[in-house]
Amino acid sequence: MKFSVKVTLKKDVLDPQGKVVQQTLHNMGMDTLNNLRQGKYFEIDINENNESKAQIKVEDMCKKLLVNLIIEDFEISKI
Amino acid sequence: MNSSIIVFPGSNCDRDIAIALEKLHFKNKMVWHKDTSLPKSDLIVIPGGFSYGDYLRSGAVAAKSNILNEVIKTANDGCLVLGICNGFQILTETGLLKGVLLRNKNLKFLGKDVYVKTINTDNKFCNKYKKDQVLKFNIAHNEGNYFTSSDHLEKLEDKNLIPFKYCDDKGNINTENNPNGSLNNIAGIFNDKKNILGMMPHPERMIDQVISGDDGLNLFASLLD
Repeated sequence: MKFSVKVTLKKDVLDPQGKVVQQTLHNMGMDTLNNLRQGKYFEIDINENNESKAQIKVEDMCKKLLVNLIIEDFEISKI
Repeated sequence: MNSSIIVFPGSNCDRDIAIALEKLHFKNKMVWHKDTSLPKSDLIVIPGGFSYGDYLRSGAVAAKSNILNEVIKTANDGCLVLGICNGFQILTETGLLKGVLLRNKNLKFLGKDVYVKTINTDNKFCNKYKKDQVLKFNIAHNEGNYFTSSDHLEKLEDKNLIPFKYCDDKGNINTENNPNGSLNNIAGIFNDKKNILGMMPHPERMIDQVISGDDGLNLFASLLD
């Protein structure tokens, strides 16, 4: 079973990389760009047929390693 | 005094710390990250470097290594633990120290000498320094921008859990001499019991007057008291 995990910086955490990308796009003439935040994306294939059990395992992976909960939020979706 | 230095793939300050400790006659052992037990230690040092190539987040993978389980147990029993640079990042990833080290504010890797001021000397790591002393240390990091919740920041200030803050050569602490954007110019923090210190500057690079200056020597000497 495959899942995707999207990791984003929490709203109050500064995102200097995102700011630089945003500024560069502005410099390239993308005037309508309002705001840009950079994040991370994982694709996880897991040996488990029960969806809710698999979901719990992916959540555990997020909390224990993939995500630093002080500064990041995550979102799991089945793919 | 018995010390152990934890070595990860990608550690690069481990031998410098060993030289600093041996200069002060610590009985030191190097401990590989795959080991599952620690030698008898009064001090554990987690050195700087780029453990596991800084993959995922700096220190995140090292924080889950075999030996760190032992370090966490020993630290919770009161053993002295010093994390320098990547070692500080690893300690925050284990949860032994609260907060996180974000990318430097200006997005540049910083490798230079900076000044720090001793804010609190009433602890095992800084008792050989005077309060408000200005020290020259070296920094070399990409993620040294200390961030934590406003509640925890308040606690760090109120309970004297900040030993060092970045300053200028006169000891003035302001945003202009904050190299990486750290909250309140924080260069290092303690846990509540003050047996665990995490700091971004490298005291082990300042142990010889001829080569670089020796402002770091008293940090290791303090531990002997």
